[in-house]
Amino acid sequence: MQFDRVLDVRGLACPMPIVKARQEINQLQVGQVLKVLSTDRGSVKDFQGWAQTAKNIQLLAQETEKENDKEIYVHYVKRVS
Amino acid sequence: MEKQLHSELKANGRGLEERIAALEAKLATIEERLPDDRVSLVVFSGELDRVLAAFVIATGAAALGQHVSIFFTFWGLNALRKKKVLSGKKFGEKLMALMAPSSSQSLPVSKMNFFGIGAKMLRAMMRDKNVSSLEDLMQMARDLGVRIVACEMSRDVMGIKDDELIGGLEFGGVASFLGDALKSKATLFI
Repeated sequence: MQFDRVLDVRGLACPMPIVKARQEINQLQVGQVLKVLSTDRGSVKDFQGWAQTAKNIQLLAQETEKENDKEIYVHYVKRVS
Repeated sequence: MEKQLHSELKANGRGLEERIAALEAKLATIEERLPDDRVSLVVFSGELDRVLAAFVIATGAAALGQHVSIFFTFWGLNALRKKKVLSGKKFGEKLMALMAPSSSQSLPVSKMNFFGIGAKMLRAMMRDKNVSSLEDLMQMARDLGVRIVACEMSRDVMGIKDDELIGGLEFGGVASFLGDALKSKATLFI
């Protein structure tokens, strides 16, 4: 998956992953993709909820990676307008 | 024959135009009544856990692109305090100020407060789990453009002076809340 910027919110809890991602996406150009790394399990549903509500973003993909027995939740968000 | 058909068609066309115009007018009134992308909260409670929930929802909603306003009334006003002022107050107001928390830092928790130990414990546990503090969330809310409205009536009743409250507040009454709430997709009373 191609992306233009990475946001690392590992260790942060709700609502910070979404809040920080929103601030970051505002910095991007339309069409660019933000990759978000999170350790918050709730962020998986949260990013889906964000994509459902907001008109200016699109959730391209979500993945779960393992790092030292810890789950990392990866979200790819595209700014569409 | 052909002429008659033509005029009939014309009459039908006019009828259609009128109906479209009527529909458009109806649509405009309906559109006016649709809610905005707006969320309105009332914070009536003055406990750390409840105010925290309000700010988590507020910052979350703002991040989702909603216009958010929080209306603080009665005990909720304690979350907006920054200090205690006693001078120039009536007896009851002084008593109220003495017993009320002097800032968001000293809010109690709604359960198992044990004279403030519970609140300290909750803050420590939140820090431990990397959850943002209430104060961080309040700042974040402001950065995201969340409007914070203090209820003028309850401020006056409780004798809270303007300089006891943090800056950047709006002051309003029930109509200012309802003005937002009636245009909101979600409204919560906390």
